[in-house]
Amino acid sequence: MMGMRIAIIDDSAARASIIEEGLAEVEGCEIFILSGRDGLLARVAEIAPDIVLMDLGNPSRDVLEEYFAVSRALARPIAMFVDQSDDEAIAASVDAGVSAYVVDGLAANRIRPLLDLAVRRFNAFARLQTDLAEAKGKLADRETVDKAKRILMDSKGITEPEAYGELRRKAMSSNRRISSIAEAIVTAHELLGDQG
Amino acid sequence: MTHELTIGFLPLVDACLPILAQEHGFAEEEGISLRFQRDVSWATVLDRLLYGHTDAAHMLAPLAIATTLGRGRPAQPLAAPFALGLNGNAVTVSLDLAAEMELGDGFGDPLDIGARLKMAAERRKAAAKPLRFGVVHRYSSHNYMLRYWLAGCGISPDDMVEVVTIPPPFAAEALANGEVDGICVGEPWNSIAVDRGVGQITLATSQIWRRGVEKVLALRECVLDERRDAVEGLIRAMRKAGAHFLNPDNWDANATILARQEYLNAPADMILGAISDRIVLKQHGEPVHFPDFMFQYSEAANFPWVSQAQWIYTQMARWDRTEILPDEVVKVAHVFRPDVYRSALSGTGDILPGASSKVEGSLTQPTAVTAQQGNITLSGNQFFDHRVFDPDDLEGYLASLK
Repeated sequence: MMGMRIAIIDDSAARASIIEEGLAEVEGCEIFILSGRDGLLARVAEIAPDIVLMDLGNPSRDVLEEYFAVSRALARPIAMFVDQSDDEAIAASVDAGVSAYVVDGLAANRIRPLLDLAVRRFNAFARLQTDLAEAKGKLADRETVDKAKRILMDSKGITEPEAYGELRRKAMSSNRRISSIAEAIVTAHELLGDQG
Repeated sequence: MTHELTIGFLPLVDACLPILAQEHGFAEEEGISLRFQRDVSWATVLDRLLYGHTDAAHMLAPLAIATTLGRGRPAQPLAAPFALGLNGNAVTVSLDLAAEMELGDGFGDPLDIGARLKMAAERRKAAAKPLRFGVVHRYSSHNYMLRYWLAGCGISPDDMVEVVTIPPPFAAEALANGEVDGICVGEPWNSIAVDRGVGQITLATSQIWRRGVEKVLALRECVLDERRDAVEGLIRAMRKAGAHFLNPDNWDANATILARQEYLNAPADMILGAISDRIVLKQHGEPVHFPDFMFQYSEAANFPWVSQAQWIYTQMARWDRTEILPDEVVKVAHVFRPDVYRSALSGTGDILPGASSKVEGSLTQPTAVTAQQGNITLSGNQFFDHRVFDPDDLEGYLASLK
């Protein structure tokens, strides 16, 4: 495959590097990562990419689209991914949260594998973020439960297993999660100060 | 059964009607439930609409027309059965330019301001540093109104000044760092630039065209057909939301709702300024009451006049330098769907105009017009240069502008 120049415009450095890593598997690709707004169009012109990948949450999309539509700075004009037969591929990329712009005349069979890769990488990044958020949530929950146990142990003079048992019973009887009972205890304790 | 509809929007005050329809239970009364998808670029709002992430979207009227005609991407027929409002945008200039133009305190006269701007533009052009204006999108009423005004004041938008695209959230920053000398953007972004002390509001777009079309509710034509009942319910709910929006008793509460993080994520007092038509034009200034600033309900503001779509088409031809093509004229006229609007509100107590198209810019004073339902009085709707747009002669109108 002939060398293809791919620009990834993403303000999330983590996501950009995950996509870059994926595309690096494709032979003969030269990858450029751009972020931020300053001088964006000038840098795109300098790179003269064959493909531009940009996340849907990037506020500069309208600026870039206008540039593609009116600029004569690029030797070959860039369009949206316009091959109708590949509508499915665009739908998948929009679902994944990435928009792709491709120079005019680039064959679909060269674009498709790259786009598929980008989509997979975007999805992988999204999963990673969900996992991370979950893990963070779990960690925070555990800290709150620990705090609540200590409050109960100190104020009622009970052991740690007994304190946990109380939290659990209250959670079951009120049909709530242990972490939310713990949070209520911690909040109440903070409001009441050192009285307990 | 409850119909669910997902609506895409950009955080702007004129996204208010569907949001308030949901928040105040008007949607529920019509058996519909709305979910919202907030985005930060029109390209993404459009992508989500075209690929089915959303059922309907808050959209720039010219972008709905451009999409139908296939400008910039493959053509996809869109339908706009409801105008989300008229005007509501402003031209804000940098403090340097405001000083150079020796602007006064209030909203000035568009011709006078234009004359001052022309002198500044000539000076900058001679110094090889042409003035640069930011608009939110090339297919926006902001772009067309700004260009209409500039050209009407003898300032050729493509020769004497530059017009570039700036995303609204960056408008204030772009004014501050000298990237642009002026912006034409919707609220609350002008007010934010004023509040930060980086710009002065110079002109409301309603001074350029007193009753100019702004955002529409856009759907894919096939979705409109499939979800027709739900869409008609949404239209009724948004009309109720508009009446609520207009009532001064509700202004504070509505500003607070719209300010929320999931909606505009912007200061409530600045949103309140737009809602109440009281705009602070320069930092620490007193609000100026300008009743024509934005129109969300009165005078059949939500009626999708076909003539307004056609006016947009003439401006598209003017600035894209394309011909008026008969088949495009037919397509453009079909984007705005007064038939759906009528069908949704027929039999309710709401007002419905008798015609679906009108001569734009011809009313100089409040005028009673023929109605299918109720009594309608339209107030003045002039362009600042007193030109009149006759939708029966698009070519003649376009030629007259050259």
